[in-house]
Amino acid sequence: MWTLFITFFKIGAFTFGGGWAMISIIEREIVDRHHWIEREDFLDLLAVSQSLPGILAVNIATAVGDKIGGTRGSIVASLGTILPSFLIILVFAIFLTPDVIKNNRVISAIFMGIRPAVVALIIAPVLTSAKAARLRLSTVWIPCVVALMISLDLGVVSSPILYIVLGAIFGFAIWWWPRHMNGKRHRQ
Amino acid sequence: MSIYLKLIWAYLKIGIFGFGGGYAMLSLVEKAVVDPGWISEQMFTDIVAISQMTPGPIGINSATYIGYVAPATVNPALQGFGWGILGSVLCTLAVTVPSFILVLNAAHFIRRHSESGAIKAIFSGLRPVVVGLIASAAIMLMNAANFNPNGITWQLLASIAICAGAFCLAWFPVKWKNRKIKAHPIFIIILAGIIGLCLYY
Repeated sequence: MWTLFITFFKIGAFTFGGGWAMISIIEREIVDRHHWIEREDFLDLLAVSQSLPGILAVNIATAVGDKIGGTRGSIVASLGTILPSFLIILVFAIFLTPDVIKNNRVISAIFMGIRPAVVALIIAPVLTSAKAARLRLSTVWIPCVVALMISLDLGVVSSPILYIVLGAIFGFAIWWWPRHMNGKRHRQ
Repeated sequence: MSIYLKLIWAYLKIGIFGFGGGYAMLSLVEKAVVDPGWISEQMFTDIVAISQMTPGPIGINSATYIGYVAPATVNPALQGFGWGILGSVLCTLAVTVPSFILVLNAAHFIRRHSESGAIKAIFSGLRPVVVGLIASAAIMLMNAANFNPNGITWQLLASIAICAGAFCLAWFPVKWKNRKIKAHPIFIIILAGIIGLCLYY
């Protein structure tokens, strides 16, 4: 149990960027180094973790921990993943309060330079994910409408959750509807 | 309702509907914490920057930071250590608990339905939405607070230049030792910070 905690603590403490960067390191530690689970099982757990909401790295830690040590294992592994970032950020939060950022001349100057760069760093994944989604003429309007509606600030219509639910329902309906109709025809 | 209950409720929702990774989640987080005024637009952007520079998933990092800052911002009586840490713990747990429960209990359900193709179909519907979510996070951050806080034209132009330059660094690979590599986000943020220090101090 202790080794499990330390392993995930190290993974949480030394991987920048989260998500996919973490997955490959978790795979190396769990499958190649400690031989706790087979690669095939790991890929299966990864597929399940990806299909669920939440933070991917924590999901996979929970799934791997559960496989190795049941519910206790899953708690140990996910806490191990969360704890390093939690502690590091806590130190930042204690020292870099909103007052300090606003009133310290050096720090406020640094952040004035950083803020436009942060926007650029979010535009890049827009394009990457758009490529990965293989948008076609029939679907390219969806991200445009979603981005426009959310950023317009119109109350409920601007809720990101609404579009997540709609996307899931539409995806399911497009798959389910033809099968449902075919089923009916067969029965007749 | 206490700010802590509001934070827990907001982060439970983020945990339940947070599909598509850290950047897609940002749009949910921004709507949930900036709109009610729990945190300023500038502070939110700063927290995103710090989350990118520190190890760990951006979802955890921002939950911890926002949980620490929000109580004192909303209620001045909640100034200080203990109240901030309480917020951090609650937000971090709230964002992870829903998926924790789902991973432990829904694995069987997911496996059964991924064979039928239903899960795949749902994600084919979610994928274009996720692109829109990330785009909305970027658009919402393109505001005066981030680009032109003092209303001075040369500062706005400098911000636009930094944004364009940072995008080029992040997007276009550079040749280095016969290998094509892309600039690391941490490098880009540090560079932008140095430029900021030179320009505005």
